[in-house]
Amino acid sequence: MNPVALRNIELRYGDSTILQDISLTVSSGELLIIIGPNGAGKTSLLKIIAGLLNPSTGTTEIFSHHISSYSRRELAKKIAVVPQEIPLDFPFTVLETVLMGRAPHLGLLGFEQKHDNEKAWQAMEFTDVTHLADRRLHHLSGGERQRVIIARALCQDPEIILLDEPTAALDLAHQIHIMDLLERFRSKRQSTIIMVSHDLNLAAMYGEPVVLMQDGRIVRHGPPEDVLTRDLLIKTYGCDLMVDRNPLLKTPRILPVPEKCKQ
Amino acid sequence: MILMPVLGAVLICVAFAGLALGSAEASLHTIFNALWQRHGHDTMLHTIIWQIRLPRVVLAAAVGASLSLGGLVFQALLRNPLAEPYILGVSGGSAIGAILGIMAGLPSFPGISLSAFGGSIITLGLIMLMAGSRREMSRDSMLLGGVMANAFCGAVIMFLISMTQSSQMHHILFWLMGDLSMFQNRQLPILLTILPCFVVIFLFARPMNLLLAGRENAAALGVQVKKVTITLLIITSFMVSTVVCQAGLVGFVGLVVPHIFRLILGPDHRLLVPASILGGASYLIVCDILARLLPSEGEMPVGIITALIGAPLFIILLWRRRR
Repeated sequence: MNPVALRNIELRYGDSTILQDISLTVSSGELLIIIGPNGAGKTSLLKIIAGLLNPSTGTTEIFSHHISSYSRRELAKKIAVVPQEIPLDFPFTVLETVLMGRAPHLGLLGFEQKHDNEKAWQAMEFTDVTHLADRRLHHLSGGERQRVIIARALCQDPEIILLDEPTAALDLAHQIHIMDLLERFRSKRQSTIIMVSHDLNLAAMYGEPVVLMQDGRIVRHGPPEDVLTRDLLIKTYGCDLMVDRNPLLKTPRILPVPEKCKQ
Repeated sequence: MILMPVLGAVLICVAFAGLALGSAEASLHTIFNALWQRHGHDTMLHTIIWQIRLPRVVLAAAVGASLSLGGLVFQALLRNPLAEPYILGVSGGSAIGAILGIMAGLPSFPGISLSAFGGSIITLGLIMLMAGSRREMSRDSMLLGGVMANAFCGAVIMFLISMTQSSQMHHILFWLMGDLSMFQNRQLPILLTILPCFVVIFLFARPMNLLLAGRENAAALGVQVKKVTITLLIITSFMVSTVVCQAGLVGFVGLVVPHIFRLILGPDHRLLVPASILGGASYLIVCDILARLLPSEGEMPVGIITALIGAPLFIILLWRRRR
């Protein structure tokens, strides 16, 4: 039973086609990383998997059932979404934000029980934000906030986590920290993680597998060494680059070539 | 939460103050006596308390609670702490509906209630169309649209009242600045229709919390965004239009009260909804007492007091957000 199966997805807005001919099966326990140039349709694809966007044609199956056969609440128990940013106009604390992840598990009005609080603290411990519990969200740094939103997703107890560029705004240490955290969570829970990233080297180090998109299509889908090849990346991104081996992991390592190095 | 019993006690105290204070002074003892024996003594004070002050205090409580709650809901749905029924023009739309209903000679219930409800739904629909037409429309320009809708409604109200000679029509000031003094005991049952609205809105407290984090976030956390939004908008417009029919346009209550409680309680609507109901009721009773006592002769419309407090707060909030 595959967590996610997309068949012949097409997404159009008026005359423009955002996604076409997308078929993708994600197996349980994968950490799938979607890469591709700007405008390739990565975020739209993620939203279709989350059920936040309806494709023009094609079907989405979540655990072998059509996505429309789930209610919003049932879907939220299976899938958690980590957006790039969340609005900060209203001053929720870190703990309140993380507890929102329990919403699909509670009744219409039910206040959180002890059990829900425990889940929230566990999630906060996992992403190392317990010391921030009473701080207001808008007082945190970008990296702290991202860890809080990931804690909310973990607190939701999902089987699938979708992340939209979770490391985009972070410094090097936080990037690696968040990726390690996701990998740890995946191996501990056997959950499935699908994320969009612009960072080819992160995709090479952590992606199992990697999906490369361009102009609304999937160009290649496979292990990093099959997808992140020099020829394919040059063709897709339209810039000169070199690919060698990462000395630590033996995965591909991508190096863009600046103009001053060209003859 | 300790705060709810406190707010309840405050409401009871200010309600008694509302019954006691006025041009004819009354001691607590005489008020208790007068309230206890409804058909006992036929004194002047007895009549004043039962026929004039009691309906007025009840109306102030109902209007204050409804407008505060209305502000709270609009702020959550539009994700804008400056949204409020009066500022958005929803109250103005209700007033136009009510005036047209009166001019058409409809009965006060359900005829005028429904025409006021229709007016509020139409203005609200226009605001939501504006808010939804652009994906990320600046929220300040939506507010500006609301302010213009409000100004337009004010002009239409004055136009309509100037055109008619109807003896049923209250004074223009009643509609534009709000007035609690026309209300009578026999109109009290109409106010009961807002109680179910309070309950329904309280049931939606948690989805409102999640909506503050954005529509997509809320959907991803299991909220049926469209269903919740439409239900809340309809219930809230009904509630607002009902009190506008009885009290005219009382502005800024829905801005001041939720703002104060958000400072004290944080943004959780499971606390903010009951707090806004109790606190809003107390707030407008106090404003009405001021409107009765401050002028050396007669009294002023309560909307003057609420605007004197609310409009500066609006400017402060706007200024603080721009920084």
